[in-house]
Amino acid sequence: MTRTTRTSAARRRTLAVAAGGASLALVLAACSGGGGGGGDDESPSAEVDCADYEQYGDLSGKTVTVYSTIVDTEAEQQQASYEPFEECTGATIEYEGSKEFEAQLPVRIQSGSAPDIAYLPQPGLLRRIVADFPDAIQPVGEDAAANVDQYYTESWKEYGTVDGTLYATPLGANVKSFVWYSPSMFADAGYEIPTTWDELMELSDQIVADNPGGDVKPWCAGIASGEATGWPATDWMEDVVLRTAGPEVYDQWVNHEIPFNDPQIATALATVGDVLKNEELVNGGLGDVSTIATTEFTEGGYPIIDGLCYMHRQATFYQANWTTLDPDLTVAEDGDVWAFYLPGETADDKPLLGGGEFVAAFTDRPEVQAFHAYLSSPEWSNAKASVTPQGWISANNGLDPELLQSPMDQQAYELLTDESYTFRFDGSDMMPAAVGAGSFWTEMTEWIASDKSDEAVLDAIEASWPTS
Amino acid sequence: MDWLLDPDGTGGKLAVMLVAILLFVVVMGLILFLVDRPRRVPGWVVALAFAGPAVVMLAFGLLYPGLRTIRDSFYNRTGSAFVGLDNYVTAFTRDEFQIVLRNTAIWVIVVPLVSTLLGLIYAVVVDRSRFEKFAKTLIFMPMAISMVGAGIIWKFMYEYKPASQPQIGLFNQVLVWLGLEPQQFLLSAPANTFFLILVMIWIQAGFAMTILAAAIRAIPDDIVEAARLDGVGGMRMFRYITVPSIRPALVVVLTTIAIGTLKVFDIVRTMTGGRFETSVVANEFYTQALRQGEQGLGAALAVILFVLVIPIIVYNVRQLKQAEEIR
Repeated sequence: MTRTTRTSAARRRTLAVAAGGASLALVLAACSGGGGGGGDDESPSAEVDCADYEQYGDLSGKTVTVYSTIVDTEAEQQQASYEPFEECTGATIEYEGSKEFEAQLPVRIQSGSAPDIAYLPQPGLLRRIVADFPDAIQPVGEDAAANVDQYYTESWKEYGTVDGTLYATPLGANVKSFVWYSPSMFADAGYEIPTTWDELMELSDQIVADNPGGDVKPWCAGIASGEATGWPATDWMEDVVLRTAGPEVYDQWVNHEIPFNDPQIATALATVGDVLKNEELVNGGLGDVSTIATTEFTEGGYPIIDGLCYMHRQATFYQANWTTLDPDLTVAEDGDVWAFYLPGETADDKPLLGGGEFVAAFTDRPEVQAFHAYLSSPEWSNAKASVTPQGWISANNGLDPELLQSPMDQQAYELLTDESYTFRFDGSDMMPAAVGAGSFWTEMTEWIASDKSDEAVLDAIEASWPTS
Repeated sequence: MDWLLDPDGTGGKLAVMLVAILLFVVVMGLILFLVDRPRRVPGWVVALAFAGPAVVMLAFGLLYPGLRTIRDSFYNRTGSAFVGLDNYVTAFTRDEFQIVLRNTAIWVIVVPLVSTLLGLIYAVVVDRSRFEKFAKTLIFMPMAISMVGAGIIWKFMYEYKPASQPQIGLFNQVLVWLGLEPQQFLLSAPANTFFLILVMIWIQAGFAMTILAAAIRAIPDDIVEAARLDGVGGMRMFRYITVPSIRPALVVVLTTIAIGTLKVFDIVRTMTGGRFETSVVANEFYTQALRQGEQGLGAALAVILFVLVIPIIVYNVRQLKQAEEIR
């Protein structure tokens, strides 16, 4: 390769320049795409009354670092909600969000550069952190713990507790037991909102009967979410376990006091299969059953807008996706889309599945403790509600529901604080990572994608449950 | 020291950068001065001064983590208890990991062979043709796109919509035009692995073409002329003159692509997330070690990957040495 002639060297140089130029153009094109999302100019609307913040003292010049999974617009809303605290105490909050949070947090703890505060999206992750890094994570400080006692129910406190010690305080919350639908489509077809599971199934069959062409189906679903593909299917499963087996069995199942392939769980999976694996009922506008596995969960409900399916089971946070699809869509009871409560077996049987984030601290400096207390206080919840147009609620009972701006959030908060509903936290988020963020997701995906049998799926998940 | 460790604003950062450059110049100058000045310095001091920092950094950044990974692969998920070969047994016997190993084998065999072959054919065909520059730029372009970018682009190419809906993916649109049913390219194993492999070939063929075109150019004209006089042409010229003459380049291309393919992670993660039986060792290692906190198992997978790469590197190095000797 040493004998290169002058002309070919020159030619090759032009080639290199051409290729380099092309890649530069691509880079520039990629760069120009960003920076468009910062349109929302939110700041706490009301003037902040600093009297509520005097308890935190003067924290001028102090910095608290926060690390979480929350990115993009939601991250901007997070940062906006810290403004009153920053203004009144003089502290600086350095926020960092990452979609690789779950993978990166243990690495950062191990390398000795843990953030001051981390928002853990799953109690399962909290338990893993406490078990693996007992010296790094700090028990919740007095003020924050007092807030939890005062403003949260016992069960929410329980999710942040490991082996009797409170390690994390609740932050945001969401409610998952909802079915999205189009009120006008229901009205046009003369359908009623079902109040029991049987009515829901009758409605499904009714829709099939009313649409003999086969193009319009009662349900649509999508469970693809990158490497987290499968989690919406686990939510389906959890919702149904709560309905067919009840909350007590649900707790035993989540804590592995009964095996994953217990007959009661098998019944629940079969019930989910009656909907998700029934060619007649799914997958409206998207294709056959297997398309559930490849449809992005963010787009799973979109066929409703085109009138290709009637129902889509997804959490409250899905409302943001409708406005992403089309900013003119209204999410309201008399709007373009709305959601009804996924009914229980009977009208009095009201299990409610939900999730949320938890705040854990890795240092106990006074300013970190002060900020931790702030995050667990009603002041923060109200500040957050007033800077968030939609898609955020909290289980904090000091939250003023009037401040919640979207009707969906108000409905979700109403259910969350309604004593007649039996709340349970997302099961896969409570299970060990090898199951909750591993086999449960992958096996549910296989169950749909390659029609793996119920029995094989449950046995495989049971086999993957860590022994220690 | 505060302004140095925690600079405010652009001015402060610029100042820190200047300090860093100055520090670099001073240290390098010092080393050069010390090595150059006294004439009677023994050779090992010179060698140590130049190679020492690099060796220290390699030991700290490569050797230590490598040994640590090997150690971890014999320990449980948190690295606290010795479990012997358990992790390796799991990696080789559990069904899902066997699929991972099978996929990695398919990748590492198919990608280098096909991309080298395509690159070679392309290089021969466009060599000295009228559109050479344009044709070469065209096939070289994908090299400039990151693997994540390529994964996203190709995900759109394979996008599935039912026949009754407007198609987004090019492949399915073509199928619909031909009156066929749209397919879920990324769903059905094991074909989906080959659809992912296509993306890697698309990226790597340009690299193979570039190196091989240069090697073909470097074949001495007298050999080609002598062959022509003997009446060799077309396919036989390619078979008996071109390929043997560029053998060292072929080996380098094949092994380089093979090593790159063993590490493939971005494409799989972007396009399927390792679902539907498409996972490969590098992707599974990341998922196990970092996502699911199974450090021991992750380390074992990393070690397996490492062991797989060694023979290829050894072969590559030996071929390079032989090529040097010929020269």
